[in-house]
Amino acid sequence: MAGSGLQILAAYPKLGPRGQPFAWYPFQDVTPPAWARLGGWLAGARHWHFAFAWLLVLNGAVYGFYLLLSGEWRRRVFLPRRDARNALQTLAFYLRLRHEPPAQGLYNGLQRLAYSGALLLGLLAVLSGLVLYKPVQLRGLTALFGGYDTARAVHLGVLSLFVLFTLGHVLLVALHPRALVEMVTGGEKPRA
Amino acid sequence: MRDALLTRRRLLVGASALGLAACDSTRPQAGFLGAMERFNLRAQRALFDPERLAPEEPLSALTPPEHFPAYFISPEVPRAPASWALKVGGLVARPSVLTVEDLRRLPRADLRVRHHCVEGWSAVAAWHGVRVRDVAEAVGADPRAGYVEFRSFDLGYASSWDRPSAMHAQTLLAYGMNGEPLPAAHGAPLRLYSAVKLGYKMVKYLTEVNFLPEPTGGYWEDQGYEWFAGV
Repeated sequence: MAGSGLQILAAYPKLGPRGQPFAWYPFQDVTPPAWARLGGWLAGARHWHFAFAWLLVLNGAVYGFYLLLSGEWRRRVFLPRRDARNALQTLAFYLRLRHEPPAQGLYNGLQRLAYSGALLLGLLAVLSGLVLYKPVQLRGLTALFGGYDTARAVHLGVLSLFVLFTLGHVLLVALHPRALVEMVTGGEKPRA
Repeated sequence: MRDALLTRRRLLVGASALGLAACDSTRPQAGFLGAMERFNLRAQRALFDPERLAPEEPLSALTPPEHFPAYFISPEVPRAPASWALKVGGLVARPSVLTVEDLRRLPRADLRVRHHCVEGWSAVAAWHGVRVRDVAEAVGADPRAGYVEFRSFDLGYASSWDRPSAMHAQTLLAYGMNGEPLPAAHGAPLRLYSAVKLGYKMVKYLTEVNFLPEPTGGYWEDQGYEWFAGV
């Protein structure tokens, strides 16, 4: 999705409508590097993007149902009243402002925040993508995003945050290789 | 543990190799990508609501005219011959040859809607002309014609449409832009303009409109761009 999306971006590497580029966007006219692009040309990339977009939506739907029906959301989703304090304390611990980590179960508040953030990003990616796919048929959603060109900026912004999220995890694994196993398996569940 | 990881990796690598063989970017209408494209075509037809109108944009959203891109495939701006007239044919009761004057006698429609290009940019202009549905009625288009083909004098640029999109209230044969007669760079004397398709479906420099029972591809569609291209 990312590679074909960047190939699509390369066809018009600016943000903002014609004649009114968004002033805040620092990468106007910067074409994404060839190694990051997939699909070869605009039509090829669009076919990749729309083919895998449907699989992404399917995957997200299956996952969402699993999260809800299994009750797993209670353990994974950030609930401010429960997790905000723990998240702050964990952050303080990571920043060496605190000597002891706060007490936690399988996941701490900061992990739940990051996890929920990634879910929200996935949702935003799909919704802003739907606007770019059908700006007229889904005109209500388009208006909600503040228009087609804003949705395009959000779509690219979501990708940037996903890249940061991924780089963060790769860095974590580089520092603590054993974390990889826990990332893949979700960690050992506390025994009942 | 190590063995299990390797097995899993081998499985993933094998699966992605299989997937890649079915994903050929130079022939996106074949293999896996082609199958998904056919699914996507059905999804696009299902999502298209013939009654849904694109919002009219405010005057302040108008793109400065010099920034509204002009695309044609000829090396120079195509110029209409002095004897220009539009042929309307195919499955119609009254095959016709219409001048711009003839078209002006049909009800005029005005649009100021956002243009969505396949490249990702958007722009706004005002367009006026006659609705394709009014032309269809004037020539007596047969209900069996489920597709409408638009042809041009721009080196054979053409595109074929599903009939419901062509009959949409915001699909025009436009003879004017931003209140002026249509400029040569934007498709004079007559171009297709619509709020419900990507830019490459809107054929400029029109010569023919044919009501047909089958889709007939198009300039970009034949090279691999999606055929429906609704927005």
